[in-house]
Amino acid sequence: MGAGHGHRLHFHGHSPVHRAPAHLKILALLAFVLVVVATPREWYLAYAGYLAVLVVVIGVSRVPFLYLLPRMVIEVPFLVFAALIPFVAEGPRVDVPLVGGWELSLSESGLVAAWGLAAKGTLGVLASLTLAATTEPSAVLRGLQRLHLPELLVQIMGFMVRYLDVVSADLGRMITAMRSRGVDPRSPRHWPALARTLGALFVRSYERGERVHLAMLARGYDGTLPDHASPGVHR
Amino acid sequence: MTPVLELNGVAFAYPDGHQALFGVDLHVHPGERVAMLGPNGAGKTTLVLHLNGILSSESGHGEGSVAVSGLPVTRKNLLEIRRRVGVVFQDPDDQLFMGSVRADVAFGPANLGLKGAALDKRVMDALEQVGMADYADRPPHHLSFGQRRRVAVATVLAMEPEILVLDEPSSNLDPASRRELADILRGLDVTLMMVTHDLPYALELCPRAVVLSSGRVVADGRTFDILTDEHLMSAHRLELPWGFDPRTISIDSLPG
Repeated sequence: MGAGHGHRLHFHGHSPVHRAPAHLKILALLAFVLVVVATPREWYLAYAGYLAVLVVVIGVSRVPFLYLLPRMVIEVPFLVFAALIPFVAEGPRVDVPLVGGWELSLSESGLVAAWGLAAKGTLGVLASLTLAATTEPSAVLRGLQRLHLPELLVQIMGFMVRYLDVVSADLGRMITAMRSRGVDPRSPRHWPALARTLGALFVRSYERGERVHLAMLARGYDGTLPDHASPGVHR
Repeated sequence: MTPVLELNGVAFAYPDGHQALFGVDLHVHPGERVAMLGPNGAGKTTLVLHLNGILSSESGHGEGSVAVSGLPVTRKNLLEIRRRVGVVFQDPDDQLFMGSVRADVAFGPANLGLKGAALDKRVMDALEQVGMADYADRPPHHLSFGQRRRVAVATVLAMEPEILVLDEPSSNLDPASRRELADILRGLDVTLMMVTHDLPYALELCPRAVVLSSGRVVADGRTFDILTDEHLMSAHRLELPWGFDPRTISIDSLPG
């Protein structure tokens, strides 16, 4: 089975950022994101400061920027939304001259809103990626445990970490099987088939969840995990 | 002598109305190794899930009774029943979900209340029995399929069950892993029941076989006699692999 080794977000290293206790890193991330979100959009200098802090932390962690950059694509839908705001927002408008004598009329408040969304989103995503790159998923789970997150939530996240590879390998095999029968997953003509595959994947994962639960019951599971461990957490 | 497993008239219908079992009687005595044979859809899995009370007449439309070493399978006995009956499921990925082999094997005994040094010893003993002690600190999903199957067996052995129930133990194993698992199973001092389509494996390991077909026990006897009864075999969609004839195997090499 093609269960992946390691995790796609984690960048192996031994820097001080890697070694810092996970629960402190989680708290720092949370504080950072809250501060960024609470900062008024017009304090442009403050954002430069936040970025500088992040750059320093990433520099200390020795995770290459080129490692983090492609992983930021997760933010793209938000950026697209942000890019739309200046066109649809109300209020005073500014005219931006374009080449060829055209002018683009944009909403001023929309521009500021778009900037705010893009800046806050980018900082948040970059900070989260830094945490993920410097902390093993199992360490994140242990950190959350230490922060007294409800046990059930930690369990659910642990199972998610454990079965992410299994489920993505399932999807990989299903797509390979579709390809072998002449389906090109990139072509919109085949998107309905792809959608049905995702539906089937959901059902398969759901059924696997039931089988895992049965296997747990068969070994005396009564709703609480033994206190020495959580799924996905190795120490 | 009290049988390890005693099933009397076990019948079961799923909530959607599908009747899977029609009155199964079965006794398994301590130390026996029994193969449960039958075509797809015969009700084998449903029967296995009755053995440790995951399905029962209390949970669906069923009748009859199951007892493990004299203890009836009822809701209030469930924890003790599940200690006594160790079920190894077909897909080790369903059974292994903790971060390390050690934590996974400890899951069952820890649920039974074992702690500290006693728990560690139980875990290492079980891993020793399946030859996986060196892998205790590895994450299970990084092991090969054959190794994961062996760890799955260890997770159940760690509960010191009175009977080990294996669902398709040889499926998806390469021939060497299949043989290694057979050696391990033969070496265990425990009553064993295995559900399988792998008839040579059943003949190799189990002196006794039970044939389940359409929710009923249609044969119960020596594995050799059942596999050589052509009429019985073809009536219940059982087929030996091409080129395999139990009669060409020397009697001395058969178990029991």
